[in-house]
Amino acid sequence: MGSVTHSFFKFFRSAGSSGKESQPRELPVRSRRHSTAFKEFMRSVGGQEELSFLDLGATSATNISLLTGQGHKLRTEDLLGSSFEPEFYAPDELGAKILDVDRFLKENLQFHGQQFDAVFFWDIADYLPETLVKPVIERIFTGMKPGGMLLAFFHTKDAGPEAPYSRYHIVGEDALDLQPLMVSNGGGGSSLVKLQRVFNNRHIENLFRDYASLKFFLARDNIREVLVIR
Amino acid sequence: MDAPKYETRHEVAHIGKAVLIKGELSGSEDLYLDGEVEGTIELHQNSVTIGPNAKIRAHVNAREVIIHGKVDGNIHGAERVELKRSAVLVGDIRTQRVAVEDGAFFKGSIDVQRVEGKSEVTADAAYANAGAAAATVPALAEKK
Repeated sequence: MGSVTHSFFKFFRSAGSSGKESQPRELPVRSRRHSTAFKEFMRSVGGQEELSFLDLGATSATNISLLTGQGHKLRTEDLLGSSFEPEFYAPDELGAKILDVDRFLKENLQFHGQQFDAVFFWDIADYLPETLVKPVIERIFTGMKPGGMLLAFFHTKDAGPEAPYSRYHIVGEDALDLQPLMVSNGGGGSSLVKLQRVFNNRHIENLFRDYASLKFFLARDNIREVLVIR
Repeated sequence: MDAPKYETRHEVAHIGKAVLIKGELSGSEDLYLDGEVEGTIELHQNSVTIGPNAKIRAHVNAREVIIHGKVDGNIHGAERVELKRSAVLVGDIRTQRVAVEDGAFFKGSIDVQRVEGKSEVTADAAYANAGAAAATVPALAEKK
């Protein structure tokens, strides 16, 4: 644990001392949040080298750099981005396009025997199509090592429906930068991805009922943070 | 009179965007590839740059691989792999050094092979999109 924590700080020190960060630049349109659960997550999975991480958020160069730079193996899958791909949608009997869950799972979350020590699920469950949420969490279960840890965030109802989906960048031992993402709306424009639903504690416990344990952290910014042990 | 001095010229083969290749592509000079390839790309001692118009369905094995376009296949860059912000890669990366720009779409695993004193992952591009109001999900805007 200590070695990872130490090397974490070392990474950020070296990034900051390169001089690049001190150069004038436009203000990044990102918001920073501090996460107790993330800090505990990294502390818990620390102390070992060559861990296998699974990052299910939008591709983050920062996360790739950090985790592979620490000697860990990393798999990234932009789960929400994939869920918007037209190839996974088919018309139902009324002509409405619905997501084909089986087809989606044939082409996503295929781990080929790889087992993960740690999973970044971020707040994806709040934005995924309803029919995908449970199957995705069940599939992740099969790809985690017993004792492996998953980090998830859930909005509370006070976050409001406008809470945008964001790319998560790991920028400190307890700090994450959130970069709102936009999706093509098909008409040449783009729009933010908005919250689809709000889970309460009971819902969350049900979603992860096959897992060994859950630990909740209620943050001040209308986010419920959860550490889940496989 | 002295014999004329010839400059050493760095040869780069160029495959344009109107070219489709099916099968094994191999060689011993650097390659800029902006067309379509289905099969395998083997340039063990050389560099491959996959241009923004390229559509590759192949495993790529080269000394250095720089991706601007779309690749569906595994990448082995003996020395370095670089994903530019327009890159869309579905496949695994195995290399000693990797650099990924923000905005790149990547679905797969990264195995950074450590060689004493050489392994390196750069975060230079981490704030490449810092000035943008918001980033567009590449999978939606560009992948299709």
